[in-house]
Amino acid sequence: MATNCPLLTSMFLAKVVGNVVATIKDPALAGKKILIVQPVNKTGAARGEKLLALDSVGAGAGETVYCCRGREASFPWLPDEVPTETSIVAIVDRVNIGKP
Amino acid sequence: MLIGRVIGDVVATQKAPSHEGRKILVVQPLNLDGTERGEALLALDAADAGVGDRVLVVTEGWSAMTAVERPQSPIDMAVLGVIDSVNLTE
Amino acid sequence: MLLAKVVGTVVATRKDPRLEGKKLLIVQPLAPEDVESGRAGQPAKANYLVAVDTVDAGYRETVIIVQGSSARMASGCKDTPVDTAIVGIVDTVKLDAR
Repeated sequence: MATNCPLLTSMFLAKVVGNVVATIKDPALAGKKILIVQPVNKTGAARGEKLLALDSVGAGAGETVYCCRGREASFPWLPDEVPTETSIVAIVDRVNIGKP
Repeated sequence: MLIGRVIGDVVATQKAPSHEGRKILVVQPLNLDGTERGEALLALDAADAGVGDRVLVVTEGWSAMTAVERPQSPIDMAVLGVIDSVNLTE
Repeated sequence: MLLAKVVGTVVATRKDPRLEGKKLLIVQPLAPEDVESGRAGQPAKANYLVAVDTVDAGYRETVIIVQGSSARMASGCKDTPVDTAIVGIVDTVKLDAR
């Protein structure tokens, strides 16, 4: 795709690094938290550009989360139709890599 | 959506039935200063655009399919409109 | 979703009928750091998108954009062929100190 935008595919791990406040916005976004997330790799190191994600689980600053992308990102609020293509859908306790 | 210039078209006899009856345009994406941006792409025509036209290209499946009236088909880009003017702040 | 700056408009008379009456703005994505520090004036020139405005945004404003099929969930965009919508006007951006 020729948009140059960091359209990560599917779900990805990220760290919450900030937030955005907007008074004038789509009515469906009212009362929802817009957080800035930094995608990270399996070891927690930053990768790629930061982007905005709508919070569906009560995530906060510094937490590791994972995000869902695409139309499915609006599904946590069904039947409401919420315009977001990136949503935080879980707060990560830990990531296990390799054999336990 | 992107701004592009139609630089040609593709003729294909054997293709997905849903692509029949629509022009397949070769569109060169443009930067805001009019220079070329990246590689040319293919888009089905929904605006009766022709070579030389500056056009609006949509890059999302449902929008592209419905613009060319071919729902549920393998189409992910379409020319939605022919641009009259682009106005920039600076 | 991304932060972006409104830098222009697009006018098209011959277009998909479902776009009639919709304002098409040119936006350039911004890094959150640049918005927070007020350096938002210089987005990378090469990177832009044409977006449908749903919140009455204006020139030079910093906005929130939604991409992909989710853009159709923006107010007034149901069943319209859009892949990028402006859904908010940014008041403030805060990044955590590290």
